[in-house]
Amino acid sequence: MEYYLQLFINGLVVGGIYSLVALGFVIIYKATKVVNFAQGELVMVGAYMCFALTVQFHIPFIWAFLMTLVFSVLLGLAIERMVLRPLIGEEHISVIMVTIGMSSVLKSLVQLFWGTQIKVYPQVLPSEPVVIAGLPVAPVYIAAFILSAVLFAIFSVFFKYSRTGVAMRATDFDQQAAQSMGIGIKNIFAMSWCISCIVSAVGGVILGNINGINSQLGHLGLKVFPAVILGGLDSLLGAALGGLIIGVLENVCDGAARQLLGLGGFREVAAFIILVIILMIKPYGLFGTKEIERV
Amino acid sequence: MQGKCGLFFTSYRGEAQLFRSGFQKLMIGLLILALLAAPFVLNVYMTSVMNLIFISVIGAVSLNLLTGVCGQISLGHGAFIGVGAYAAGQCTLHGVPFPVAILAAGFITAMVGMVFGVPSLRLKGIYLAIATLAAQLVLEYVFLHGGEITGGSNGLLLEPPKMFGFSFDTEGKMYFLLFFCAAMALLVVSNIMRSKYGRAFVSIRDFYLSAEIVGVNLFWYKLVAFGVSSFLAGVAGGLWGHYTGYISGEQFNIGLSISYLAMIIIGGLGSVIGSVFGAIFVVLLPEVLNGLANGLGSVFPDLSLFLVALREGVFGLVLILFLVFEPEGLAHRWGLIKAYWKLYPFAH
Repeated sequence: MEYYLQLFINGLVVGGIYSLVALGFVIIYKATKVVNFAQGELVMVGAYMCFALTVQFHIPFIWAFLMTLVFSVLLGLAIERMVLRPLIGEEHISVIMVTIGMSSVLKSLVQLFWGTQIKVYPQVLPSEPVVIAGLPVAPVYIAAFILSAVLFAIFSVFFKYSRTGVAMRATDFDQQAAQSMGIGIKNIFAMSWCISCIVSAVGGVILGNINGINSQLGHLGLKVFPAVILGGLDSLLGAALGGLIIGVLENVCDGAARQLLGLGGFREVAAFIILVIILMIKPYGLFGTKEIERV
Repeated sequence: MQGKCGLFFTSYRGEAQLFRSGFQKLMIGLLILALLAAPFVLNVYMTSVMNLIFISVIGAVSLNLLTGVCGQISLGHGAFIGVGAYAAGQCTLHGVPFPVAILAAGFITAMVGMVFGVPSLRLKGIYLAIATLAAQLVLEYVFLHGGEITGGSNGLLLEPPKMFGFSFDTEGKMYFLLFFCAAMALLVVSNIMRSKYGRAFVSIRDFYLSAEIVGVNLFWYKLVAFGVSSFLAGVAGGLWGHYTGYISGEQFNIGLSISYLAMIIIGGLGSVIGSVFGAIFVVLLPEVLNGLANGLGSVFPDLSLFLVALREGVFGLVLILFLVFEPEGLAHRWGLIKAYWKLYPFAH
């Protein structure tokens, strides 16, 4: 039993990261209807940026972190302006392929600048494990979990009460109506890319603190899909919950497959088998808006 | 329609012809002759590049039938090609003659493709893309953990293909086999596109609700699209496996699916000639980069170290640039060039 409890806790921790990345994905999808296959690469770029500033330029961690966030805003603006804006109104496949192309470019830039070796962050938090429910958990994990929760809370409040947040929700609801009410759709698109990049960078920095970064970090982006499909493509709460659930299910399935069937590496596919099942029985997820088509 | 000046049709049959004018037939005949003569002129390296292009043409044209013509986005094409490779490999390892093995690989892949095509009735657009992404990753896992059937992480070792006692054991011999298969694949897809099925596919792509209202059975036609496309993918996989002589799970990863999608985007969605252009472009791109890196190696000695990263970056950049500046692909550009020369020197 303790084995599965340990798996559960580990799953929650990994799920916290998935939630963050999924949050970034959903923010973009909600406002712009772009399916971003480069979400994992945005995480990776954020992580490497913070790594470069702290380790290579010897800037204190807090300042480096803030500078990474500023860099993320610029990156988001650049991507939206140069890559996505020319494709407004194009077919799904073009938009999907442009984000895939973007992920290749970002990955290659990271490899050109930092190589493919694993990079280790300097120790920021103490390494003494904290005991929760009889199990040792590293403080980094707890910090990751709390940070995810805090970010989720901030964005919930932002979307509910702030002027920009309301404008973003209006754009999500009906772009034409929003535009005729004086909302600058282009600004909203740029804004959502910036926010998404910031969230991803935070995820990247946390991940870097947990087990270092390498140029394959972008694969994380694929894990976003089970999470957002489970939660519903356009729901923030869904993204947060979906990430946690997928993290836990993936870990528990992997452990069960290892223990009962003797199969290794099941973690990689468990989430995607769950994804297919969800698509079959509940394609719009737990909290997603159902698309109704009329002739 | 396109064609030379003064070419008119008085019947639908005339307009639906594969080759509309004598000039076109002549040019295609000359092209075939040139391609048949090519392996006697080209060196081994260039022949091997041509062989890769032929295999990619089969894969690209099959994906274009599904994605470009029928509008069903598939991120799992690489895995389907893998299914074909393993199926053909197992067949020949068990003593099945090569041509039968290739056809069997096609049918097995068609079955697998149709199973993964069943969700396409309920799922559209991005949901289908994500479902096929899941198919890709699940199949990749099966390739690596398939025990005896896939050889696990060791992969399978294959003999060069043998037909009627004749062994295709050199690049030059392989060339003719692959050329024949690629030409057949192009012919099959061109003919499907001008048949009832092709028109049904296009109507589904353009607006599936209207298609259903005019009597197109969505489920059946989508299933056929997945089946035919996967059949050709399986053939491409079988040929590729036997050509390289070694199959491993890493060959058929998500990157392969993406490069096939890139081929049809760069070439032109829904166009047979576009699939050919796209395949040529995507196969030649890394070769040209290799050549450039070797050429510039004396100026920038570190360049070859970055080559792998650079190759991926250039690939992504080309994809983005095509989508932004030439969304209809090389086939569109080809049409413009033809239109220019058709009226030359009187442009209007």
